[in-house]
Amino acid sequence: MTLSVVVEQRFRAPAVSVAFKAPTPGVIALFGPSGSGKSTLLNAIAGLARPDSIRVDLGGVALHLLPPSRRRIGYVFQEGRLFPHLTVKANLRYGWMRAQPGPVGYDDVVDLLGLSALLGRRPHNLSGGERQRVAIGRALLSQPRLLLMDEPLSALDQARRDEILPYLSRLRTAFAVPIIYATHAMDEVTRLADTLVLLDAGQVLAAGPLGEILARVDLPLAARDDAAAVLRGKVLSHLPERRLSAIACGSDVLWVPLVDAAEGTALRLRVPARDVMLALREVSGISVTNMIAAEIGAIQVAEAGHAALVELDLLGGGQLVSRITLDAAERLGLRRGLRILALVKAMSVELQKD
Amino acid sequence: MSLRAVGFALPAAILVSVLLSWGRFPGRFLLNALVHLPLMLPPVVTGWLLLLVFGVNGPVGALLERWLHVRLVFTEAGAAFACGVMIFPLMVRAIRLSLEAIDPGLDQAARTLGAGVLDRFCSITLPLAAPGVLAALVLGYTASLGEFGAVITFAASIPGQTRTLPLAIYAALDTPGGEAVAARLSVLSICLALIGLVVSEILSPARRRQ
Repeated sequence: MTLSVVVEQRFRAPAVSVAFKAPTPGVIALFGPSGSGKSTLLNAIAGLARPDSIRVDLGGVALHLLPPSRRRIGYVFQEGRLFPHLTVKANLRYGWMRAQPGPVGYDDVVDLLGLSALLGRRPHNLSGGERQRVAIGRALLSQPRLLLMDEPLSALDQARRDEILPYLSRLRTAFAVPIIYATHAMDEVTRLADTLVLLDAGQVLAAGPLGEILARVDLPLAARDDAAAVLRGKVLSHLPERRLSAIACGSDVLWVPLVDAAEGTALRLRVPARDVMLALREVSGISVTNMIAAEIGAIQVAEAGHAALVELDLLGGGQLVSRITLDAAERLGLRRGLRILALVKAMSVELQKD
Repeated sequence: MSLRAVGFALPAAILVSVLLSWGRFPGRFLLNALVHLPLMLPPVVTGWLLLLVFGVNGPVGALLERWLHVRLVFTEAGAAFACGVMIFPLMVRAIRLSLEAIDPGLDQAARTLGAGVLDRFCSITLPLAAPGVLAALVLGYTASLGEFGAVITFAASIPGQTRTLPLAIYAALDTPGGEAVAARLSVLSICLALIGLVVSEILSPARRRQ
């Protein structure tokens, strides 16, 4: 199925002109600074605000033609918005009782989000993280065909965010509900997104599969200090005697420090741009474990830091970004289309379960 | 009789409060002014206006008499009705305060969870406004005990039927040697007023938020 969204708001602030398409199920991350139109967009999709024109099509169903209470679009608000006069259990059941029976089971949600100890409590007796988990459960239980999340972690401190992120990761795969996830935190994007929509001042800067967009050196993302590419792969095998694991990404194999995951487990590999070195030919006598053949897709000069951002299309599929000095780029004679080796330290690859 | 007055006023007060707190519509200002008129006008004027409209020869009063065989003037029902009109602005204010204290985001959340307008009103708005509604009840009940001007004009002062506390006190003072009765009734009136104030203060949303 495909989700396609077109929203235009010209005559009222904030001005928004957005169109994107994404495959579903999957997580579509709307990424942009505050004021870039994320909430406006979500409210319009949910039907809580009326832009000048809107079209939301999910697998051939025109959702924008339905009244908000019949759209079956779940919404997790930034502040949770739990009903203060109801217990956690009654909050969870609010949408569930009003929905047709569907694939999302009450016990599954309580299990997945670890809510069983909270059921009898009232919202004002919950911590911020607990409240957000209940809000997510409540939205899921209304059997939504689409789930909207508006910076659900932004009101939480780092410890609480780390507590909830694994639940969100699990959510991606547990129920086949497409999710639109608005955030301005890059780590949430790299961890959760399948499709990335970059927003700025109400406009779409770029939209597409996460790996592709993160590797585009012409976008402001690549110029950020924490710029990184994400590869998706599966655990191929373990080499306990060398304390290494092999991860298959497309037809490439990356070696990483031994991971505690069964063979076949899907993983995300986050590779920071500043940790990718480039070499024209094989190098020996060096500690780097991974040498991956690639072709240079694009080179962008970043004024800040006198750096060159190099987009690498791996021959085995997938993309990386490398940030090197301008001087190095000139010495190696880098240019578009050049075959090259990307050197990636095993220790610099960050792994997450996908 | 005061109970009946509150009974008259409450459903209408909730309806009007909801209308007034839910944004703009044509005639909102007029409705607001009409509701608050009894608070500003001398009660005798209110009673006289009621007499004009709901009297036996008044436009509404005549219809009520002909179709429903209901007569309000100089009856207990009429006294309750006049009280209801007088306490209406007080009740609307109390209910409106509690309605406006509700986060509109909760209504939106309920909407995304599949609840329709009426459903949301019953499951979210009303329960959250309940303290305000209760406060309005107590306030209205207490205030209606003390109605004088509108009642005496519209429904007269018939012992056992249309006589409110202050009417009784007034009548007692008018009777030679009635001071003792008047004093007892006054003490009763003070007690009722105090109880009413305390209870409505406990129930008010401002206090609950602390």
